Amino acid sequence: MSSTWSTENQQRAEEVLGKYPEKRSAVMPLLYIAALEHGYVSNDAMREVAELTGLTSAQVQSVASFYTMYYREPVGKYVVSVCTSISCYLRGADDVLAAIEEEAGVLDGETTPDGLISVEHVECSGACGGAPAVSVNWELIEGLEPDKARDLIKWLREAKPEVVFGDEMQLLFGGRPSFDWGPKEIEGAIAPLPAFSPYGTAKGEKR
Amino acid sequence: MTDKILLSRMEAHPADSNTIARYLDTGGYTALRKALSKMEPADVAAEVKASNIRGRGGASFPTGVKWGFLPPDTRPRYLVINGDESEPGTFKDRMLLERDPHQLVEGIIVSAYALDVHQAFVYIRGEYPKPARRLQRAIDEAYEAGYLGDDILGSGFDLDVTVHLGGGAYICGEETALLSSLEGRRGEPRIKPPFPAIEGLYAKPTIVNNVETISNVPWIINNGGATYAAIGPETSSGTRVMSLSGHVNKPGDYEVVAGLTWRDLIYDIGGGILDDRELKAWVPGGASAPWFVPAEHLDTPVTIDDIAKQGSMIGSGAVIVMNDSTNVVGAAHRLVRFFSHESCGQCTPCREGTTWLERILARILDGYGRPEDIGLLLDVSDNISPGLRWPPAMTTICPLGPSATAPVVSMMRYFRDEVEAMIPGGHGEVADGR
Repeated sequence: MSSTWSTENQQRAEEVLGKYPEKRSAVMPLLYIAALEHGYVSNDAMREVAELTGLTSAQVQSVASFYTMYYREPVGKYVVSVCTSISCYLRGADDVLAAIEEEAGVLDGETTPDGLISVEHVECSGACGGAPAVSVNWELIEGLEPDKARDLIKWLREAKPEVVFGDEMQLLFGGRPSFDWGPKEIEGAIAPLPAFSPYGTAKGEKR
Repeated sequence: MTDKILLSRMEAHPADSNTIARYLDTGGYTALRKALSKMEPADVAAEVKASNIRGRGGASFPTGVKWGFLPPDTRPRYLVINGDESEPGTFKDRMLLERDPHQLVEGIIVSAYALDVHQAFVYIRGEYPKPARRLQRAIDEAYEAGYLGDDILGSGFDLDVTVHLGGGAYICGEETALLSSLEGRRGEPRIKPPFPAIEGLYAKPTIVNNVETISNVPWIINNGGATYAAIGPETSSGTRVMSLSGHVNKPGDYEVVAGLTWRDLIYDIGGGILDDRELKAWVPGGASAPWFVPAEHLDTPVTIDDIAKQGSMIGSGAVIVMNDSTNVVGAAHRLVRFFSHESCGQCTPCREGTTWLERILARILDGYGRPEDIGLLLDVSDNISPGLRWPPAMTTICPLGPSATAPVVSMMRYFRDEVEAMIPGGHGEVADGR
């Protein structure tokens, strides 16, 4: 058992393990929790997930390396993911990526020297109707034009929010969404992981 | 006769369509009460079969027929809901999960009752944390209300539902890859047969259905399968949510009855072409589908069968519109790059073929195309999927690789002169005559 993990993350791991008939199925959720513990999916993180699931480190590594969302190198506090697939491409996504690269001062796949912002292009984000789309720690912004994309980067750099909320960023920087978003969302992301409560990465709004 | 099934609640009650209070207030969980108190599981399955609903994930397979493949044995069995929505152009399941999650939860419970399933999973792509949170809250509310857990509404029927997030891999939308992923493995498709209904999750009988498909189940049980079957053309019954994106004035998710024309969809519903330009081409059913062009297809009907007869597919219902400002090589490159990135790497024709298609298109785009690239693109495509026909011939475990040839072949069929014009010295005869 990964006794080095925070009590909170150990409890999350127990909860996740209880949700599946076979422990191996918990590998992906546990990798997210391990990333929360370590800041990224380090070799230690993968070893610990192996212990928890009764697998070998190599088996866990084979899973982690298959998917794009398990960062096996340190990433910034904010991962800015620019969708450049077909619908966003048709609506100018390449200009959005270029604007973000320029404003952040790093290229696609890089992290700013202060460790604050990583920039990456991603394949289809499922926001095609609100193209071009960008997400910060997987919290979505739709209809983000290049100028507003620069503003987003400046805002992240200056405000350094502890929790990022999609709704807040959409209001500040976004444009036309794929569909009416409906009621205000009450949870946001505290790390570059999908903010989903059972994995311990979501946080309710303070207001 | 209704024209809206899935989106009516979110359109009438935009502020709280995701809550259990609003769901109950608008007829929610009546199908569950009806099924558990008045119907045998086989009756529920019979209504779904009678509805003729076909899967909304991409393959358009009849849901009732799929359910019928479950073997009559006593092994544990699972229902897995596919919410891995990752096909470029598609964003309908995201809306259904965020805006009306109880509709899906009720559909899951009723379907599980019909299938004698006591553990269901909803696999949601990792990039969709908000849809997952909305669904999880709905599930928590359903447990509190006694619609999930043990002895649901005193019927003796038990069901647990677990939400599982993916890690960023399009291929996990393929049902056997999804099951591999849910088992904690690399998301690699498996050879079929055995089909999941016989040997699925943990090698147990498993039904995998799309989010939109199962969201229809409460309406079908409330109103009867025959009523659903009567909506729209015979082999495209019911409504479906089409995702419009690209160069249209009003992109979005629209619930339509099949049988309208592409002109209706793109010009009336989609509000016409962006920047008042001419329509050049569109992808009728997600990135995998061969393109349509106005001269041949604009006034043809949008039904599963009509699209198939014309050599493409309705797929996930994602329509990507391109106006005449579109560089077709750029568009094809972007589509092929997606498949190249998402190839799981198991099968050589897909792993190598998509990589080379991407590289060749990239060099044409960069101005370094060679005259022989025209033939080479078709030759590589033909190696991935011999005959270049649709539905594609398969050299691979799953259809990802063959799908990657669709944009290349479409580009060559309709816009070959534009491709040749981008290649220095490319207007001459080429060895491959296709």
